[in-house]
Amino acid sequence: MEAHGYARPGGGGLWGRRPVQRAIGLSLTYAVLTVGGCIVLLPALWMLSTALKTSSQIFTVPIEWLPRPVVPGNFLTALRMIPFGTYFLNSTIVTVLATTGTVVSSSIVAYGFARLRWRGRNAVFYCVLATLMLPAHIMLIPKFILFRYLHWINTLLPLIVPLWFGTPFAIFLLRQFYTTIPLELDEAARIDGCSRLGVWWRVSVPLLQPALVTVALLSFHAHWNDLIDPLIYLHSNRLYTLSLGLLSFKGEYNTYWNYLMAASLVAMLPVLLVFYVIQKYFLKGIQLFAGLSG
Amino acid sequence: MHPVSKAEAVSAVQRSGPAALTRRGKGGMRRAEALAGMLCVAPWALGFLLFTGGPMLFSLVLSFTRWNLLSPPKWVGLSNFQTLFVKDPLVWHSLLVTTLYAVLAVPLAVALGLLLAVLLNQRIRFLSFFRMLFYLPSVVSGVPVALLWSWIFSPNVGLLDGLLGLVGIRGPAWLFDPHTVIIAFVIMSLWGVGGSMVIYLASLQGIPPHLLEAATIDGASAWRRLVHITVPLLTPIIFFNLVTGIIGALQMFVPAYVMTQGGPNNASLMFMLYLFENAFQYFRMGYASALAWVLFLYVAVLTFLLFRFSGRWVYYEGMLKSDN
Repeated sequence: MEAHGYARPGGGGLWGRRPVQRAIGLSLTYAVLTVGGCIVLLPALWMLSTALKTSSQIFTVPIEWLPRPVVPGNFLTALRMIPFGTYFLNSTIVTVLATTGTVVSSSIVAYGFARLRWRGRNAVFYCVLATLMLPAHIMLIPKFILFRYLHWINTLLPLIVPLWFGTPFAIFLLRQFYTTIPLELDEAARIDGCSRLGVWWRVSVPLLQPALVTVALLSFHAHWNDLIDPLIYLHSNRLYTLSLGLLSFKGEYNTYWNYLMAASLVAMLPVLLVFYVIQKYFLKGIQLFAGLSG
Repeated sequence: MHPVSKAEAVSAVQRSGPAALTRRGKGGMRRAEALAGMLCVAPWALGFLLFTGGPMLFSLVLSFTRWNLLSPPKWVGLSNFQTLFVKDPLVWHSLLVTTLYAVLAVPLAVALGLLLAVLLNQRIRFLSFFRMLFYLPSVVSGVPVALLWSWIFSPNVGLLDGLLGLVGIRGPAWLFDPHTVIIAFVIMSLWGVGGSMVIYLASLQGIPPHLLEAATIDGASAWRRLVHITVPLLTPIIFFNLVTGIIGALQMFVPAYVMTQGGPNNASLMFMLYLFENAFQYFRMGYASALAWVLFLYVAVLTFLLFRFSGRWVYYEGMLKSDN
């Protein structure tokens, strides 16, 4: 038998072993995915179609899916209207540093909550969750005052540094993933002479790869698209991130919808690229399980 | 590997086997474990003290004041909470509306995300393409989304009513009808299900394949394997999506702010929208802080109950038994 960790059409797959069952199951899968896929694709197509229109074509009723004329030049115009390179670089700096910080710090903090016993562990964990529950809007002003006191306003620091201390969402998610790994693995490694740090690095981290890349993706996604924090802390144009820069297409009197859509589509590409790379981790499965049962 | 701990472990095992390892020097081991645990959590504690604790405390203090952001805050004791609980019917209305939204949106998102993940965890053609396709909507954000959904939901000429018209149903006015505006927001929220789908996909990689294979050989149907093997093993992750989903849904803000401003007739007056209006439109910062802390307590109690009853249905393969 193969030792893959994901459901396969044959053998221990999702649908069963008989060819008829498999055929029915797979047809059902394709049917659901195709219908659902068409539904989710419509908005993207609409964005693309809007990005290729002249400004007079945008709000025609009924909607013109294939614009006449098609203006692919909108993409170039849009990228030239704003300092795209600068914004892109700023977004990249913030997102990469914030994501790295989130993954590294949260995986360590979550390990402390999930795998090590100490007094007050659960109480402190509830405190971590509690910080998710107070609405972010109410913290805007106190946080601004704090960062002004630190002289961090109009720098990228407020968007990066706090993420290096663990984020509640990632801590909670990784804690849940740690609890799905059998404790016997840790104990076996300890008996074999592994230190606690060694158990974390050699046992937990390899097994948590799918979870860690997921946290990386969701964090990348969130920071790339974040609008509120850049809006509040960044004031000079040269520091703007891409999501903030896109707002300049939405003028006070006139919104350049076609250019906005074109630039938005380009801005989405890095997140999709990261997703494409990451989802390959969801094919390998965890081979260690093969030798673990019983 | 740490040389000292290795030597310790080896000598202990040589002397009287693995069982002695836990009995001998239990106190010291426990203390070392506790120290390691606290060291791991220390970054969060430090970050909390530096960046989060202060602003939280500040907002708590503000909830006992009247503050219009221009003149200094004025202490008014419990007056904000008195207004909130007794005199302001919109508080209860918005809490109800928000709860209704969460009750509809969260379970649907949990189920749909799981379904997509299970379907996209097979070896099929165009797998990467299909996965990207279903993640795509969650990537679109900001202004384009608001515009997009305004178009989808626009009465009669919109995409949704157009599709309903094809099958002979006269679609509702969605965002302009108090009876359907919440449903419209629920539909819209399902668009972002890609995030939870990825989390489920990651957790599906941890399911031991031999369990599924054994069940198949024993003749269990696809449905029975899903319900009796896959779902139970995923319960810690389902629980995560449920808790964070509820926390997120009860703080739902952007769509209501951008698309309906709480209308029609306050039918989509989400709690966060009401809070935001108080804080940044009427400049009642003290009252808004009081609202925030009421929402905080509401969410905290719900989350606590979820954790309390999670023992009945969440299966933790590797949960530490003793909690002290």
